[in-house]
Amino acid sequence: MIGIVIVSHSEKLAEGVIDLARMMAKEVMMVPAGGLEDGDYGTSFDKINAAIDKAASSDGVLILMDMGSAVMTTEMVLEMRDDDFPVKMADCPLVEGAVSAACDAECGMSLEDIIEDLATVGQIKKLS
Amino acid sequence: MTTDKIITIIEKISAKIQEEKLFLTELDNVIGDGDHGINLARGFSEVEKKLSTMGDKNPGEVLKTVGMTLVSTVGGASGPLYGTGFMKMGMELKDTADVTVEDFVRVFQVAIEGISLRGKSTTGEKTMLDSMVPAKNAMEEALAAGKSPKEAVACGVAAAKEGIEYTKTIAATKGRASYLGDRSIGHQDPGATSFTMMLEILEGEL
Repeated sequence: MIGIVIVSHSEKLAEGVIDLARMMAKEVMMVPAGGLEDGDYGTSFDKINAAIDKAASSDGVLILMDMGSAVMTTEMVLEMRDDDFPVKMADCPLVEGAVSAACDAECGMSLEDIIEDLATVGQIKKLS
Repeated sequence: MTTDKIITIIEKISAKIQEEKLFLTELDNVIGDGDHGINLARGFSEVEKKLSTMGDKNPGEVLKTVGMTLVSTVGGASGPLYGTGFMKMGMELKDTADVTVEDFVRVFQVAIEGISLRGKSTTGEKTMLDSMVPAKNAMEEALAAGKSPKEAVACGVAAAKEGIEYTKTIAATKGRASYLGDRSIGHQDPGATSFTMMLEILEGEL
């Protein structure tokens, strides 16, 4: 089963997104990387790096990010790591993407298939 | 510019950023998430701690360390962006013991390309690139026209300042300010402003 990392500027948001996704997926390893070391808003290179270590799985690690530096800092973490398992970022809305990814992961879907699935998450309409 | 000179320049940039921390944050409060000055100041404080142990390294290694430190300590978009810029310059200069302004302008081009890729951005989007790219072009032209290194960087600073003014006239399409759309018009970009401060320090040290 893959592991999931949630990167956000907000510590609370990263934890909250995981709480929400956890309602539908009890077993998946989901690790928050929210806020700075002191809890202030921002994205932390070290927190993201440590969260990937914690979520590590031979099936791979999926990372969902909020915006801006969350994306750029994660990119730089991945450029500097040398893992023997795949680590991939997904381009999707954070909350819906996390719920979808957690369900997919719990069902044992592969990292590649989950990322493909997440590409459709942003297209789902809520009001029609 | 040898390692000692580069370290002095970075220390002065750090001092300037600490001094202007509230001003940069105020600019970012208006059109962003209000952390630019605070974040950069935090990053450069950590940079300063590293500089004291870098006297025996070459300029490229110093710049690379500056970049890596900014990436890991800034906490906002300016970390990966300036971090990438400094790291790119450091890697390009790895065998250069004495960096000329010509070298700087050459590697600054590589830094701009790295920043542009990292931010998936280009000029005209109300970002630091709107000061960086005109500054680089102005310095190149000045050097080609036979101006002195100090004069060339002064031309770069003038172009960077024009770049700041230009960012007031356009809407942001990248970064947090892009959520404001046209409401960002009339306000200067904090990244273009902090970059211009850095280039002014370089000019003052030549």
